[in-house]
Amino acid sequence: MSVWAKHKIFEKNTFVLLIGILVAVSVGGIVEIAPLFYLKSTIEKTEGMRPYTPLELAGREIYVREGCYTCHSQMIRPMRDELERYGHFSLAAESMYDHPFQWGSKRTGPDLARVGGKYSDAWHVEHLINPRSLVPASIMPGYPFLANNRLDTRDVAQHVATNSLIGVPYTEEQVNSAARDALAQATPDSDAAFEFEERWPTATIRDFDGNPGEVTEMDALVAYLQMLGTLVDFSIYDNQANLR
Amino acid sequence: MISLEEGFFAFFLIVLAFACLIVAGKTFDQVMAFHAGLGALIAAVSAFVIFKNYFNDGGIAIPQEIGGKPNYNMGPVKFGAVAAMFWGIAGFLVGLIIASQLAWPALNFDLPWTNFGRLRPLHTSAVIFAFGGNVLLATSMYVVQRTSRARMPGRLLPWFVIIGYNVFIVIAGTGYLLGATQGKEYAEPEWYADLWLTIVWVAYLLLFMGTLWKRKEPHIYVANWFYLAFIVTIAMLHITNNLTIPVSIYSTQSVIVWSGVQDAMVQWWYGHNAVGFFLTAGFLAIMYYFVPKRADRPVYSYRLSIVHFWALIFIYIWAGPHHLHYTALPQWASTLGATFSIILWMPSWGGMINGLMTLSGAWDKLRTDPVLRMMVVSVAFYGMSTFEGPLMSLRSVNSLSHYTDWTIGHVHSGALGWVGYISFGALYCLIPWLWNKKGLYSLKLVNWHFWLSTLGIVLYITAMWVSGIMQGLMWRAYDSLGFLEYSFIETVEAMYPFYVIRALGGALFVIGSLIMAYNLWMTVRHGEAEEAEPVTSGSLAAAE
Amino acid sequence: MNETYTAVAGFAQTWGLIYFMILFGIVLAYALWPKNGKKFDDAAQIPFRED
Repeated sequence: MSVWAKHKIFEKNTFVLLIGILVAVSVGGIVEIAPLFYLKSTIEKTEGMRPYTPLELAGREIYVREGCYTCHSQMIRPMRDELERYGHFSLAAESMYDHPFQWGSKRTGPDLARVGGKYSDAWHVEHLINPRSLVPASIMPGYPFLANNRLDTRDVAQHVATNSLIGVPYTEEQVNSAARDALAQATPDSDAAFEFEERWPTATIRDFDGNPGEVTEMDALVAYLQMLGTLVDFSIYDNQANLR
Repeated sequence: MISLEEGFFAFFLIVLAFACLIVAGKTFDQVMAFHAGLGALIAAVSAFVIFKNYFNDGGIAIPQEIGGKPNYNMGPVKFGAVAAMFWGIAGFLVGLIIASQLAWPALNFDLPWTNFGRLRPLHTSAVIFAFGGNVLLATSMYVVQRTSRARMPGRLLPWFVIIGYNVFIVIAGTGYLLGATQGKEYAEPEWYADLWLTIVWVAYLLLFMGTLWKRKEPHIYVANWFYLAFIVTIAMLHITNNLTIPVSIYSTQSVIVWSGVQDAMVQWWYGHNAVGFFLTAGFLAIMYYFVPKRADRPVYSYRLSIVHFWALIFIYIWAGPHHLHYTALPQWASTLGATFSIILWMPSWGGMINGLMTLSGAWDKLRTDPVLRMMVVSVAFYGMSTFEGPLMSLRSVNSLSHYTDWTIGHVHSGALGWVGYISFGALYCLIPWLWNKKGLYSLKLVNWHFWLSTLGIVLYITAMWVSGIMQGLMWRAYDSLGFLEYSFIETVEAMYPFYVIRALGGALFVIGSLIMAYNLWMTVRHGEAEEAEPVTSGSLAAAE
Repeated sequence: MNETYTAVAGFAQTWGLIYFMILFGIVLAYALWPKNGKKFDDAAQIPFRED
């Protein structure tokens, strides 16, 4: 009897410790994370944001897969030198469809938040295949295999559907035709491309990798890089209204 | 009769093996096919071993005590200690490789499996989760049994925890190389690896609490408080940060439920507390047991350790958003994070003082015992990085240091100096205790290890300080006409000599760890057996 | 926008502060309570008491 009574107290103490730890470590997270979901000021009001097209989303998956975020940030800070080097500081709205976010934490290479449109497609393709052919002092790895890998559209369709499931505002049509649209965006002047244009009026249709024969992972990655930071219309964006 | 535990595990593993087989058969994702096939194989072999053992011994219960002394279960501890040494060397080596890739990019070989972007997560996960994790698992199982004077509960549960955890490591690591990643720093493993880790971690929590329930000591020793906080908090962080929806159960890929700014906040709440609870609380537990044990005197102030504990876990959890200064995260959040980072100075240094002062009156041991010296230097590194950390969380300092190598240097002064050295110290203590040896094979080799790796760390962190600050200053430098003075590529070129020095420092650290592995191997194989009293303090024997 | 910030800051600087002071007080009282002293001295010896 006495042993049992003692044993119970010990059990209780372990639990008391466990509960104490849980209480101690929950507060901070709740206070810092929860408000971000209901404070309206967390994400600015902007014009122009749209979800990624299937091809861009596929490119983003390749960006994640190859660990580009380990060397490139996608978050321009509001400091004079960064504004001059990279452009307007990044808004929360610009990554609101990013699952996961790719802000990064290290700039072994330059920030990519607004790399879209800064270089030609051909430059990107050549640079990804052999960085040192264009930038002799570059320490970036080469990714020649991207140009040879055909894009797997089964993956793309699943990704778009799952993104839609967790709240990215794709239309039903956009979800259903994701696999076709992924190819269409890199196949200009095809019938599929015209249909794509109807579903994605603000997206660009180009043969990104310069290889009209097939749609490769290079197409997808370049399509993604070329749209980075180009969506928000800054000519009508009001910094003051969104000051936090 | 087969015991309930054996029956449960056998059933679970058989179901798991079949589930894996189905997934492997139906997937078009080659990585998934490989991982599911591997899972099926391991589960089936494990189930087979359970039955084989049952038929061999007929299910005889293992005695809880032998001759009035607890019959400690040290098998899984040995496994964890060996695994830690193996993963440690692997992780340090990959670190050396990626450090060299930054100096000589040709080493990327332009292949998918060898490029920096895939190897870097392999390095971070191998050193943090594989090396650090196995050290924590092994030492926690050792410490909680000894300070409770009770055997861990269950026959299979401890083995499930330690082997299951290492299976997670293999799945995660091979996944990175093959391109399966979630793309969240320090949380790269994909959804199925995360799910498996969750199961293993719950089992670990039950195992740890179960041992505490069986304890013969009225008080729970403070090291166990830190271990418990580490286990519980990592569970909370892991589950919240990794909430994903798989795109299909036959695919390795998944989509995280958080997005953009919220994902950034959750990620760094996780990321910084992985530092706080995995790399700090867990290793402080090691400090609170192994330093007193090796110095052969109780901790300087038990009272201070209690204040240290509560203050540390209360405050650390808030510090995450200091990683997001000047980003699109609302300023109130990052300021709050920085404020708590500054307050964190106090408990961190309280802990450091407690660890160092444990040696008061025994400072001479530092001269004679290189293992103790390693642990004391580790506590000093802890003090240094916890001084530097709050400094870097200040908005003004962070504006310079963020995105640069300074951060990398800071992380490594903590990782190599604090986590590395306290782990090495613990392993140097643990191996002779576990294998009933009087002491280590050679203290001279420990000395070599200590000096080589210390030189390595110094080279590493000074190179990163200089290159980090230089990089930050070059980015923001203007010429007399008001133009940016340097293009980005010019700042990259300027890094080269520092990347070479850093790689050299890393190489010294790797060599040190190889010496350590040799020393431990010789201890196990040829060390002089402890005779009179098996597995006692052993601390004095080594220090002669 | 700014009102939210001021309100949050005000709350944190009063109630948040008091909350943390109270918690710290409790921990400190527990650790320094004279009666607990013997218990802690005993606990500190645990690592050396194993068989």
